[in-house]
Amino acid sequence: MIETKTLPTSYVTRPGEIKTSSGKTLRTDEMIINMGPQHPSTHGVLRLEIVVDGEIIVDAIPHIGYLHRCFEKHAEHMTNYQQVIPYCDRLDYVASMNNDHAYALAVERLMKIEVPERVEYIRVIMAELQRIASHLIAVGTFGIDAGAFTPFLYAFRDRERILDLFEMTCGARLLYNYIWVGGLSHDLPPSFVEKAKEFCSYFKPKLVEFNNLLTYNEIFVKRCANVGVLPKDVAINYGCSGPMLRGSGVDWDLRRDDPYSVYHKFEWDVVMGKGEMGAVGDTWDRHIVRMKEMEQSVKIIEQALAGIPDGNVQSAIPKRIRPEPGDAYVRTETPRGELGFYIISDGSATPYRVKARSPAFVNLSVVPEIARGAMLADLVLIVGSTDIVLGEVDR
Amino acid sequence: MTTEEIFNNLKAKFGEAILEAKLDVLQPWILIAPDRTREICLFMRDEQSMQFDYLMCLSGVDYNDGKLGAVYHLFSMIHKHKIVLKAWCTKENPHIQSVSSVWGTANWHEREAFDLIGILFDEHPDLRRMLLPYDWEGHPLRKDYKVPEFYNGMKVPY
Repeated sequence: MIETKTLPTSYVTRPGEIKTSSGKTLRTDEMIINMGPQHPSTHGVLRLEIVVDGEIIVDAIPHIGYLHRCFEKHAEHMTNYQQVIPYCDRLDYVASMNNDHAYALAVERLMKIEVPERVEYIRVIMAELQRIASHLIAVGTFGIDAGAFTPFLYAFRDRERILDLFEMTCGARLLYNYIWVGGLSHDLPPSFVEKAKEFCSYFKPKLVEFNNLLTYNEIFVKRCANVGVLPKDVAINYGCSGPMLRGSGVDWDLRRDDPYSVYHKFEWDVVMGKGEMGAVGDTWDRHIVRMKEMEQSVKIIEQALAGIPDGNVQSAIPKRIRPEPGDAYVRTETPRGELGFYIISDGSATPYRVKARSPAFVNLSVVPEIARGAMLADLVLIVGSTDIVLGEVDR
Repeated sequence: MTTEEIFNNLKAKFGEAILEAKLDVLQPWILIAPDRTREICLFMRDEQSMQFDYLMCLSGVDYNDGKLGAVYHLFSMIHKHKIVLKAWCTKENPHIQSVSSVWGTANWHEREAFDLIGILFDEHPDLRRMLLPYDWEGHPLRKDYKVPEFYNGMKVPY
Protein backbone atom coordinates (compact mmCIF):
# COMPACT_ATOMS: atom_id res chain seq x y z
CA MET A 1 0.00 0.00 0.00
CA ILE A 2 1.25 3.45 -0.81
CA GLU A 3 1.60 5.90 2.01
CA THR A 4 0.55 9.47 1.56
CA LYS A 5 1.53 12.44 3.59
CA THR A 6 -1.30 13.97 5.57
CA LEU A 7 -1.98 17.37 4.15
CA PRO A 8 -4.05 20.13 5.68
CA THR A 9 -7.52 19.90 4.23
CA SER A 10 -8.10 23.62 4.22
CA TYR A 11 -5.79 26.34 3.05
CA VAL A 12 -7.85 29.32 4.14
CA THR A 13 -6.03 32.60 4.56
CA ARG A 14 -7.66 35.94 4.96
CA PRO A 15 -6.92 38.99 2.82
CA GLY A 16 -4.12 41.00 4.40
CA GLU A 17 -2.46 38.05 6.06
CA ILE A 18 0.23 37.48 3.48
CA LYS A 19 3.55 39.08 4.49
CA THR A 20 6.34 40.08 2.15
CA SER A 21 9.99 39.28 2.95
CA SER A 22 10.47 42.77 4.37
CA GLY A 23 7.60 42.21 6.80
CA LYS A 24 4.94 44.37 5.17
CA THR A 25 1.45 42.99 4.80
CA LEU A 26 0.44 42.42 1.24
CA ARG A 27 -3.07 43.41 0.31
CA THR A 28 -4.95 40.72 -1.60
CA ASP A 29 -8.20 41.02 -3.45
CA GLU A 30 -10.99 38.66 -4.27
CA MET A 31 -11.70 37.87 -7.88
CA ILE A 32 -14.75 36.31 -9.51
CA ILE A 33 -14.18 33.82 -12.29
CA ASN A 34 -16.52 31.67 -14.28
CA MET A 35 -16.18 27.95 -14.85
CA GLY A 36 -18.54 26.70 -17.50
CA PRO A 37 -21.15 26.26 -18.84
CA GLN A 38 -18.97 25.00 -21.68
CA HIS A 39 -15.98 23.92 -19.60
CA PRO A 40 -14.98 20.40 -20.65
CA SER A 41 -14.45 19.17 -17.12
CA THR A 42 -17.82 20.18 -15.73
CA HIS A 43 -19.43 17.00 -17.09
CA GLY A 44 -22.12 18.89 -18.93
CA VAL A 45 -23.52 22.37 -18.96
CA LEU A 46 -22.85 23.42 -15.40
CA ARG A 47 -21.74 26.94 -14.64
CA LEU A 48 -19.82 27.63 -11.48
CA GLU A 49 -19.32 31.18 -10.35
CA ILE A 50 -16.16 31.07 -8.28
CA VAL A 51 -14.89 33.73 -5.90
CA VAL A 52 -11.18 33.25 -5.41
CA ASP A 53 -8.58 34.87 -3.24
CA GLY A 54 -5.41 34.02 -5.08
CA GLU A 55 -5.64 30.28 -5.64
CA ILE A 56 -8.01 29.68 -2.76
CA ILE A 57 -11.73 29.36 -3.27
CA VAL A 58 -13.76 31.69 -1.08
CA ASP A 59 -17.08 30.64 -2.55
CA ALA A 60 -18.38 28.56 -5.44
CA ILE A 61 -21.93 29.16 -6.61
CA PRO A 62 -23.41 26.64 -9.05
CA HIS A 63 -25.80 27.97 -11.68
CA ILE A 64 -27.88 25.23 -13.22
CA GLY A 65 -30.82 24.98 -15.57
CA TYR A 66 -29.03 25.04 -18.91
CA LEU A 67 -30.43 21.59 -19.66
CA HIS A 68 -33.90 22.08 -18.18
CA ARG A 69 -36.31 20.04 -20.26
CA CYS A 70 -39.49 20.49 -18.23
CA PHE A 71 -39.73 16.81 -17.24
CA GLU A 72 -42.27 17.47 -14.52
CA LYS A 73 -44.43 19.66 -16.75
CA HIS A 74 -44.32 17.08 -19.54
CA ALA A 75 -45.26 14.28 -17.16
CA GLU A 76 -48.43 16.14 -16.19
CA HIS A 77 -49.46 16.48 -19.81
CA MET A 78 -49.09 12.94 -21.07
CA THR A 79 -52.19 10.91 -21.90
CA ASN A 80 -51.19 8.05 -19.62
CA TYR A 81 -48.63 6.91 -17.07
CA GLN A 82 -46.64 4.68 -19.43
CA GLN A 83 -45.84 7.62 -21.69
CA VAL A 84 -43.72 9.22 -18.99
CA ILE A 85 -41.17 6.40 -19.10
CA PRO A 86 -39.27 7.60 -22.20
CA TYR A 87 -38.89 10.94 -20.43
CA CYS A 88 -37.52 9.16 -17.36
CA ASP A 89 -34.92 7.58 -19.64
CA ARG A 90 -33.67 11.03 -20.42
CA LEU A 91 -33.29 12.19 -16.84
CA ASP A 92 -30.02 10.47 -16.11
CA TYR A 93 -29.04 9.45 -19.60
CA VAL A 94 -26.15 7.23 -18.57
CA ALA A 95 -28.30 5.21 -16.16
CA SER A 96 -31.67 5.01 -17.90
CA MET A 97 -32.58 1.55 -16.62
CA ASN A 98 -32.37 2.72 -13.02
CA ASN A 99 -34.61 5.71 -13.72
CA ASP A 100 -37.28 3.59 -15.38
CA HIS A 101 -37.09 1.14 -12.52
CA ALA A 102 -37.71 3.87 -9.96
CA TYR A 103 -40.65 5.33 -11.85
CA ALA A 104 -42.21 1.92 -12.51
CA LEU A 105 -41.91 1.02 -8.82
CA ALA A 106 -43.56 4.29 -7.80
CA VAL A 107 -46.56 3.78 -10.08
CA GLU A 108 -46.81 0.13 -9.04
CA ARG A 109 -46.90 1.23 -5.40
CA LEU A 110 -49.76 3.60 -6.19
CA MET A 111 -51.60 0.92 -8.17
CA LYS A 112 -50.73 -1.81 -5.65
CA ILE A 113 -49.57 -4.11 -8.46
CA GLU A 114 -47.55 -7.22 -7.70
CA VAL A 115 -45.24 -8.00 -10.59
CA PRO A 116 -44.05 -11.53 -11.39
CA GLU A 117 -40.76 -12.55 -9.85
CA ARG A 118 -39.11 -13.06 -13.23
CA VAL A 119 -39.74 -9.41 -14.04
CA GLU A 120 -38.07 -8.27 -10.81
CA TYR A 121 -35.08 -10.53 -11.43
CA ILE A 122 -34.60 -9.14 -14.92
CA ARG A 123 -35.02 -5.60 -13.61
CA VAL A 124 -32.33 -6.18 -11.00
CA ILE A 125 -29.96 -7.65 -13.59
CA MET A 126 -30.51 -4.68 -15.87
CA ALA A 127 -30.21 -2.16 -13.04
CA GLU A 128 -26.92 -3.66 -11.86
CA LEU A 129 -25.49 -3.89 -15.38
CA GLN A 130 -26.46 -0.26 -15.80
CA ARG A 131 -24.81 0.61 -12.49
CA ILE A 132 -21.55 -0.87 -13.74
CA ALA A 133 -21.85 1.01 -17.04
CA SER A 134 -22.56 4.26 -15.21
CA HIS A 135 -19.74 3.81 -12.69
CA LEU A 136 -17.35 3.06 -15.55
CA ILE A 137 -18.14 6.46 -17.01
CA ALA A 138 -17.79 8.03 -13.56
CA VAL A 139 -14.37 6.57 -12.79
CA GLY A 140 -13.17 7.03 -16.36
CA THR A 141 -14.02 10.72 -16.50
CA PHE A 142 -12.76 11.17 -12.97
CA GLY A 143 -9.42 9.89 -14.22
CA ILE A 144 -9.50 12.54 -16.94
CA ASP A 145 -10.22 15.19 -14.31
CA ALA A 146 -7.17 14.03 -12.42
CA GLY A 147 -5.06 14.12 -15.55
CA ALA A 148 -5.11 10.46 -16.58
CA PHE A 149 -6.60 9.94 -20.01
CA THR A 150 -5.86 6.27 -20.69
CA PRO A 151 -8.14 4.65 -18.05
CA PHE A 152 -11.08 6.42 -19.71
CA LEU A 153 -10.55 4.34 -22.85
CA TYR A 154 -10.36 1.13 -20.83
CA ALA A 155 -13.60 2.06 -19.07
CA PHE A 156 -15.42 2.74 -22.32
CA ARG A 157 -14.18 -0.49 -23.85
CA ASP A 158 -15.85 -2.48 -21.07
CA ARG A 159 -18.95 -0.32 -21.09
CA GLU A 160 -19.46 -1.22 -24.75
CA ARG A 161 -19.96 -4.85 -23.75
CA ILE A 162 -22.79 -3.89 -21.42
CA LEU A 163 -24.41 -1.71 -24.05
CA ASP A 164 -24.21 -4.68 -26.43
CA LEU A 165 -26.16 -6.73 -23.90
CA PHE A 166 -28.81 -4.01 -23.67
CA GLU A 167 -29.00 -3.72 -27.43
CA MET A 168 -29.51 -7.43 -27.66
CA THR A 169 -32.37 -7.23 -25.16
CA CYS A 170 -34.36 -4.21 -26.28
CA GLY A 171 -32.71 -2.78 -29.37
CA ALA A 172 -31.48 0.44 -27.78
CA ARG A 173 -28.05 1.29 -26.47
CA LEU A 174 -28.68 4.40 -24.39
CA LEU A 175 -32.37 5.17 -23.87
CA TYR A 176 -34.22 1.90 -23.48
CA ASN A 177 -37.89 2.36 -22.55
CA TYR A 178 -37.48 -1.23 -21.36
CA ILE A 179 -38.91 -1.31 -17.84
CA TRP A 180 -42.63 -0.65 -18.00
CA VAL A 181 -45.21 -0.22 -15.29
CA GLY A 182 -46.07 -3.80 -14.33
CA GLY A 183 -43.58 -5.52 -16.60
CA LEU A 184 -41.02 -5.21 -19.35
CA SER A 185 -41.19 -4.38 -23.02
CA HIS A 186 -39.47 -7.63 -24.04
CA ASP A 187 -38.50 -10.88 -22.44
CA LEU A 188 -34.81 -11.75 -22.39
CA PRO A 189 -33.45 -13.08 -25.68
CA PRO A 190 -32.51 -16.80 -25.55
CA SER A 191 -28.74 -16.36 -25.30
CA PHE A 192 -28.82 -13.49 -22.83
CA VAL A 193 -28.10 -15.43 -19.66
CA GLU A 194 -25.10 -17.10 -21.22
CA LYS A 195 -23.76 -13.82 -22.64
CA ALA A 196 -24.24 -12.02 -19.35
CA LYS A 197 -22.38 -14.75 -17.48
CA GLU A 198 -19.61 -14.43 -20.04
CA PHE A 199 -19.49 -10.71 -19.36
CA CYS A 200 -19.22 -11.25 -15.60
CA SER A 201 -16.24 -13.54 -15.95
CA TYR A 202 -14.69 -11.17 -18.47
CA PHE A 203 -15.20 -8.12 -16.29
CA LYS A 204 -13.80 -9.29 -12.97
CA PRO A 205 -10.13 -9.35 -14.04
CA LYS A 206 -10.67 -6.04 -15.84
CA LEU A 207 -11.54 -4.43 -12.52
CA VAL A 208 -8.20 -5.55 -11.10
CA GLU A 209 -6.51 -4.17 -14.18
CA PHE A 210 -8.32 -0.85 -13.78
CA ASN A 211 -7.36 -0.64 -10.13
CA ASN A 212 -3.72 -1.19 -10.98
CA LEU A 213 -3.91 1.33 -13.76
CA LEU A 214 -5.64 4.14 -11.92
CA THR A 215 -6.91 3.58 -8.39
CA TYR A 216 -3.60 2.62 -6.77
CA ASN A 217 -1.44 4.67 -9.10
CA GLU A 218 0.83 6.73 -6.88
CA ILE A 219 0.34 9.99 -8.77
CA PHE A 220 -3.43 9.55 -8.77
CA VAL A 221 -3.51 8.74 -5.06
CA LYS A 222 -1.43 11.79 -4.19
CA ARG A 223 -3.65 13.95 -6.36
CA CYS A 224 -6.91 12.74 -4.81
CA ALA A 225 -6.16 11.94 -1.18
CA ASN A 226 -7.26 14.63 1.29
CA VAL A 227 -8.88 16.67 -1.45
CA GLY A 228 -12.52 17.69 -1.11
CA VAL A 229 -13.20 16.10 2.24
CA LEU A 230 -16.91 15.77 2.95
CA PRO A 231 -17.60 15.08 6.64
CA LYS A 232 -20.27 12.58 7.59
CA ASP A 233 -22.68 14.96 9.31
CA VAL A 234 -22.52 17.51 6.49
CA ALA A 235 -23.23 14.75 3.98
CA ILE A 236 -26.35 13.67 5.87
CA ASN A 237 -27.54 17.21 6.49
CA TYR A 238 -27.22 18.02 2.80
CA GLY A 239 -29.13 14.88 1.84
CA CYS A 240 -26.24 13.33 -0.06
CA SER A 241 -26.71 9.77 -1.16
CA GLY A 242 -25.05 7.00 -3.10
CA PRO A 243 -21.25 6.90 -3.34
CA MET A 244 -21.10 10.48 -2.02
CA LEU A 245 -22.63 9.38 1.27
CA ARG A 246 -20.86 6.03 1.47
CA GLY A 247 -17.57 7.67 0.59
CA SER A 248 -17.94 9.73 3.76
CA GLY A 249 -18.10 6.56 5.82
CA VAL A 250 -21.87 6.22 6.24
CA ASP A 251 -22.98 2.59 6.10
CA TRP A 252 -26.06 3.17 4.01
CA ASP A 253 -27.51 1.65 0.89
CA LEU A 254 -31.18 1.71 -0.02
CA ARG A 255 -30.92 -1.68 -1.69
CA ARG A 256 -30.17 -3.16 1.72
CA ASP A 257 -31.69 -0.68 4.18
CA ASP A 258 -34.98 0.15 2.47
CA PRO A 259 -35.22 -2.90 0.23
CA TYR A 260 -37.23 -2.84 -2.96
CA SER A 261 -37.54 -5.29 -5.83
CA VAL A 262 -35.77 -8.59 -4.98
CA TYR A 263 -32.52 -7.23 -3.58
CA HIS A 264 -33.15 -8.89 -0.23
CA LYS A 265 -32.57 -12.29 -1.85
CA PHE A 266 -28.94 -11.68 -2.73
CA GLU A 267 -25.72 -11.75 -0.74
CA TRP A 268 -23.55 -8.70 -1.17
CA ASP A 269 -21.76 -6.06 0.83
CA VAL A 270 -22.26 -2.34 1.19
CA VAL A 271 -18.96 -0.59 0.49
CA MET A 272 -17.95 2.58 2.25
CA GLY A 273 -14.99 4.89 2.39
CA LYS A 274 -12.49 4.15 5.12
CA GLY A 275 -9.96 6.90 4.55
CA GLU A 276 -7.29 4.46 3.39
CA MET A 277 -5.24 7.13 1.66
CA GLY A 278 -6.16 10.24 3.61
CA ALA A 279 -9.14 11.62 5.46
CA VAL A 280 -12.46 9.77 5.34
CA GLY A 281 -14.70 11.30 2.69
CA ASP A 282 -12.07 12.62 0.31
CA THR A 283 -12.29 12.28 -3.45
CA TRP A 284 -10.23 9.10 -3.43
CA ASP A 285 -12.73 7.47 -1.07
CA ARG A 286 -15.59 8.29 -3.40
CA HIS A 287 -13.61 6.79 -6.25
CA ILE A 288 -12.81 3.55 -4.43
CA VAL A 289 -16.46 3.17 -3.38
CA ARG A 290 -17.45 3.21 -7.06
CA MET A 291 -14.74 0.72 -7.94
CA LYS A 292 -15.76 -1.71 -5.22
CA GLU A 293 -19.45 -1.26 -5.94
CA MET A 294 -18.91 -2.57 -9.44
CA GLU A 295 -17.46 -5.70 -7.90
CA GLN A 296 -20.56 -6.08 -5.73
CA SER A 297 -22.85 -5.48 -8.71
CA VAL A 298 -21.17 -8.34 -10.54
CA LYS A 299 -21.87 -10.49 -7.48
CA ILE A 300 -25.56 -9.57 -7.57
CA ILE A 301 -25.82 -10.16 -11.31
CA GLU A 302 -24.27 -13.61 -11.02
CA GLN A 303 -26.70 -14.63 -8.29
CA ALA A 304 -29.67 -13.22 -10.17
CA LEU A 305 -28.66 -14.98 -13.38
CA ALA A 306 -28.37 -18.26 -11.51
CA GLY A 307 -31.76 -17.95 -9.84
CA ILE A 308 -33.89 -16.39 -12.53
CA PRO A 309 -37.36 -18.00 -12.51
CA ASP A 310 -39.64 -18.66 -15.46
CA GLY A 311 -42.72 -16.64 -16.17
CA ASN A 312 -44.46 -14.20 -18.43
CA VAL A 313 -42.95 -10.72 -18.24
CA GLN A 314 -46.06 -8.93 -19.51
CA SER A 315 -48.79 -10.68 -17.56
CA ALA A 316 -49.05 -7.96 -14.89
CA ILE A 317 -49.06 -4.95 -17.21
CA PRO A 318 -52.35 -3.20 -16.52
CA LYS A 319 -54.62 -2.38 -19.45
CA ARG A 320 -55.56 0.95 -17.97
CA ILE A 321 -53.49 2.73 -15.40
CA ARG A 322 -55.78 4.77 -13.19
CA PRO A 323 -54.44 4.73 -9.64
CA GLU A 324 -56.78 5.70 -6.87
CA PRO A 325 -56.42 9.29 -5.65
CA GLY A 326 -53.47 9.54 -3.34
CA ASP A 327 -49.75 10.13 -3.28
CA ALA A 328 -46.62 8.08 -2.81
CA TYR A 329 -42.91 8.70 -2.59
CA VAL A 330 -40.77 5.77 -3.67
CA ARG A 331 -36.99 5.84 -3.61
CA THR A 332 -34.40 3.60 -5.17
CA GLU A 333 -30.65 3.43 -5.27
CA THR A 334 -29.33 4.53 -8.65
CA PRO A 335 -25.59 4.78 -9.41
CA ARG A 336 -25.70 8.37 -8.16
CA GLY A 337 -27.76 7.79 -5.08
CA GLU A 338 -31.33 8.10 -3.97
CA LEU A 339 -33.66 8.65 -6.89
CA GLY A 340 -37.17 9.21 -5.62
CA PHE A 341 -40.40 9.82 -7.44
CA TYR A 342 -43.17 11.61 -5.63
CA ILE A 343 -46.32 10.98 -7.61
CA ILE A 344 -49.75 12.41 -6.86
CA SER A 345 -52.70 10.77 -8.53
CA ASP A 346 -56.13 12.36 -8.82
CA GLY A 347 -57.74 9.19 -10.13
CA SER A 348 -57.38 10.10 -13.79
CA ALA A 349 -55.19 8.47 -16.44
CA THR A 350 -52.44 11.11 -16.16
CA PRO A 351 -50.33 11.84 -13.11
CA TYR A 352 -51.44 14.98 -11.30
CA ARG A 353 -47.93 15.81 -10.17
CA VAL A 354 -44.62 14.02 -10.63
CA LYS A 355 -41.63 15.24 -8.71
CA ALA A 356 -38.30 13.63 -9.42
CA ARG A 357 -35.92 13.88 -6.49
CA SER A 358 -32.70 13.43 -8.36
CA PRO A 359 -29.54 12.43 -6.50
CA ALA A 360 -27.24 14.47 -8.72
CA PHE A 361 -29.22 17.66 -7.95
CA VAL A 362 -28.90 17.10 -4.23
CA ASN A 363 -25.28 15.95 -4.37
CA LEU A 364 -24.35 19.05 -6.34
CA SER A 365 -25.84 21.29 -3.67
CA VAL A 366 -23.10 20.26 -1.24
CA VAL A 367 -20.27 21.24 -3.62
CA PRO A 368 -20.03 24.88 -2.39
CA GLU A 369 -19.71 23.51 1.13
CA ILE A 370 -16.76 21.26 0.19
CA ALA A 371 -15.15 23.75 -2.15
CA ARG A 372 -14.80 26.62 0.31
CA GLY A 373 -11.17 26.84 1.35
CA ALA A 374 -9.93 24.40 -1.27
CA MET A 375 -7.47 25.19 -4.05
CA LEU A 376 -8.92 26.25 -7.38
CA ALA A 377 -7.31 23.32 -9.21
CA ASP A 378 -9.00 20.90 -6.81
CA LEU A 379 -12.47 22.11 -7.75
CA VAL A 380 -12.33 20.10 -10.97
CA LEU A 381 -11.66 17.00 -8.91
CA ILE A 382 -14.38 17.80 -6.42
CA VAL A 383 -17.01 18.27 -9.13
CA GLY A 384 -15.72 15.15 -10.90
CA SER A 385 -15.96 13.04 -7.78
CA THR A 386 -19.60 13.98 -7.17
CA ASP A 387 -20.36 12.32 -10.52
CA ILE A 388 -23.15 14.62 -11.61
CA VAL A 389 -25.15 14.16 -14.77
CA LEU A 390 -26.61 17.47 -15.77
CA GLY A 391 -29.57 15.85 -17.47
CA GLU A 392 -30.67 14.75 -14.04
CA VAL A 393 -29.69 17.93 -12.21
CA ASP A 394 -31.79 20.09 -14.51
CA ARG A 395 -34.47 17.57 -15.44
CA MET B 1 -42.17 5.44 15.80
CA THR B 2 -45.46 5.34 13.95
CA THR B 3 -47.07 8.37 12.42
CA GLU B 4 -49.72 8.35 15.09
CA GLU B 5 -47.17 8.47 17.94
CA ILE B 6 -45.28 11.26 16.22
CA PHE B 7 -48.53 13.15 15.71
CA ASN B 8 -49.42 12.84 19.39
CA ASN B 9 -45.93 13.95 20.43
CA LEU B 10 -46.03 16.97 18.16
CA LYS B 11 -49.57 17.82 19.23
CA ALA B 12 -48.49 17.82 22.87
CA LYS B 13 -45.54 20.08 22.10
CA PHE B 14 -46.92 22.50 19.50
CA GLY B 15 -50.68 22.37 20.05
CA GLU B 16 -52.64 24.14 17.36
CA ALA B 17 -49.71 24.38 14.93
CA ILE B 18 -50.26 20.68 14.21
CA LEU B 19 -53.42 20.73 12.18
CA GLU B 20 -54.35 17.16 11.32
CA ALA B 21 -53.05 13.68 10.58
CA LYS B 22 -54.17 11.43 7.77
CA LEU B 23 -53.42 7.87 8.80
CA ASP B 24 -55.58 5.66 6.57
CA VAL B 25 -53.71 6.37 3.32
CA LEU B 26 -50.81 4.66 1.54
CA GLN B 27 -48.22 6.90 3.16
CA PRO B 28 -49.65 8.63 6.25
CA TRP B 29 -48.98 12.34 6.64
CA ILE B 30 -49.28 15.18 9.13
CA LEU B 31 -50.44 18.67 8.24
CA ILE B 32 -48.58 21.49 9.99
CA ALA B 33 -48.97 25.26 10.09
CA PRO B 34 -47.01 26.99 7.30
CA ASP B 35 -45.71 29.75 9.55
CA ARG B 36 -44.12 27.42 12.11
CA THR B 37 -42.46 24.77 9.95
CA ARG B 38 -38.91 25.68 10.97
CA GLU B 39 -39.60 25.35 14.66
CA ILE B 40 -41.42 22.03 14.22
CA CYS B 41 -38.78 20.58 11.89
CA LEU B 42 -35.95 21.63 14.18
CA PHE B 43 -37.67 19.86 17.04
CA MET B 44 -38.18 16.74 14.94
CA ARG B 45 -34.54 16.76 13.90
CA ASP B 46 -33.11 17.14 17.39
CA GLU B 47 -35.60 15.29 19.61
CA GLN B 48 -33.99 12.04 20.79
CA SER B 49 -36.92 9.79 19.99
CA MET B 50 -37.36 11.09 16.41
CA GLN B 51 -34.04 12.39 15.03
CA PHE B 52 -35.20 13.03 11.49
CA ASP B 53 -31.77 13.99 10.23
CA TYR B 54 -32.36 13.30 6.55
CA LEU B 55 -34.73 15.27 4.33
CA MET B 56 -35.41 12.89 1.47
CA CYS B 57 -37.51 15.16 -0.66
CA LEU B 58 -39.28 18.49 -0.58
CA SER B 59 -41.91 18.99 -3.27
CA GLY B 60 -44.06 21.94 -4.12
CA VAL B 61 -47.59 21.13 -5.22
CA ASP B 62 -50.43 23.16 -6.70
CA TYR B 63 -53.66 21.54 -5.50
CA ASN B 64 -55.77 23.51 -7.99
CA ASP B 65 -58.30 24.69 -5.42
CA GLY B 66 -56.60 27.96 -4.54
CA LYS B 67 -54.13 26.08 -2.37
CA LEU B 68 -50.40 25.50 -2.72
CA GLY B 69 -48.42 23.11 -0.60
CA ALA B 70 -44.98 21.91 0.34
CA VAL B 71 -44.53 18.21 1.06
CA TYR B 72 -41.63 17.11 3.24
CA HIS B 73 -40.48 13.50 3.20
CA LEU B 74 -38.32 12.94 6.26
CA PHE B 75 -36.24 10.00 7.27
CA SER B 76 -34.16 9.16 10.30
CA MET B 77 -30.82 7.49 9.65
CA ILE B 78 -30.66 6.52 13.31
CA HIS B 79 -34.13 5.13 14.00
CA LYS B 80 -34.88 4.20 10.36
CA HIS B 81 -38.38 5.59 10.37
CA LYS B 82 -40.12 7.87 7.92
CA ILE B 83 -42.72 10.57 8.07
CA VAL B 84 -44.48 12.86 5.60
CA LEU B 85 -45.25 16.44 6.56
CA LYS B 86 -47.39 18.82 4.57
CA ALA B 87 -47.79 22.57 4.87
CA TRP B 88 -50.45 24.40 2.91
CA CYS B 89 -50.80 28.04 1.96
CA THR B 90 -53.14 29.98 -0.29
CA LYS B 91 -52.34 31.19 -3.79
CA GLU B 92 -52.98 34.80 -2.79
CA ASN B 93 -50.59 34.60 0.13
CA PRO B 94 -48.08 31.87 -0.77
CA HIS B 95 -45.83 32.06 2.26
CA ILE B 96 -44.27 29.07 4.03
CA GLN B 97 -41.44 29.29 6.51
CA SER B 98 -38.13 28.01 5.19
CA VAL B 99 -36.46 24.96 6.73
CA SER B 100 -33.10 25.49 5.03
CA SER B 101 -31.50 26.26 8.37
CA VAL B 102 -32.57 22.81 9.60
CA TRP B 103 -31.45 20.75 6.60
CA GLY B 104 -28.92 22.13 4.13
CA THR B 105 -30.53 20.25 1.29
CA ALA B 106 -33.79 22.18 1.74
CA ASN B 107 -32.08 25.27 0.36
CA TRP B 108 -32.09 24.04 -3.24
CA HIS B 109 -35.36 22.14 -2.97
CA GLU B 110 -37.10 25.29 -1.76
CA ARG B 111 -35.57 27.35 -4.51
CA GLU B 112 -36.92 24.84 -6.99
CA ALA B 113 -40.38 24.91 -5.44
CA PHE B 114 -40.31 28.71 -5.56
CA ASP B 115 -39.19 28.62 -9.18
CA LEU B 116 -41.74 26.15 -10.50
CA ILE B 117 -44.71 26.56 -8.14
CA GLY B 118 -44.22 30.05 -6.75
CA ILE B 119 -44.19 29.35 -3.04
CA LEU B 120 -42.34 32.09 -1.15
CA PHE B 121 -40.21 30.54 1.58
CA ASP B 122 -39.81 33.10 4.35
CA GLU B 123 -36.36 33.53 5.88
CA HIS B 124 -34.73 31.61 3.02
CA PRO B 125 -31.13 32.89 2.65
CA ASP B 126 -31.08 32.99 -1.14
CA LEU B 127 -34.49 32.65 -2.79
CA ARG B 128 -33.57 32.90 -6.47
CA ARG B 129 -34.89 30.93 -9.41
CA MET B 130 -33.23 27.56 -9.69
CA LEU B 131 -33.90 26.04 -13.11
CA LEU B 132 -35.51 28.78 -15.19
CA PRO B 133 -33.83 31.99 -16.34
CA TYR B 134 -33.91 34.83 -13.80
CA ASP B 135 -36.14 36.94 -16.04
CA TRP B 136 -38.78 34.26 -16.57
CA GLU B 137 -42.31 35.30 -15.72
CA GLY B 138 -44.73 33.06 -13.86
CA HIS B 139 -44.40 29.64 -12.30
CA PRO B 140 -44.87 26.85 -14.85
CA LEU B 141 -46.07 24.03 -12.62
CA ARG B 142 -49.07 26.00 -11.43
CA LYS B 143 -52.19 24.50 -12.92
CA ASP B 144 -53.40 27.88 -14.22
CA TYR B 145 -50.09 28.68 -15.93
CA LYS B 146 -50.33 29.93 -19.51
CA VAL B 147 -47.33 29.35 -21.75
CA PRO B 148 -46.12 32.83 -22.75
CA GLU B 149 -46.34 33.80 -26.40
CA PHE B 150 -43.10 35.75 -26.29
CA TYR B 151 -39.91 35.43 -24.28
CA ASN B 152 -37.65 38.49 -24.42
CA GLY B 153 -39.29 39.55 -27.68
CA MET B 154 -38.78 36.14 -29.30
CA LYS B 155 -41.81 34.14 -30.35
CA VAL B 156 -42.10 30.83 -28.52
CA PRO B 157 -42.67 28.29 -31.31
CA TYR B 158 -45.63 26.24 -30.04
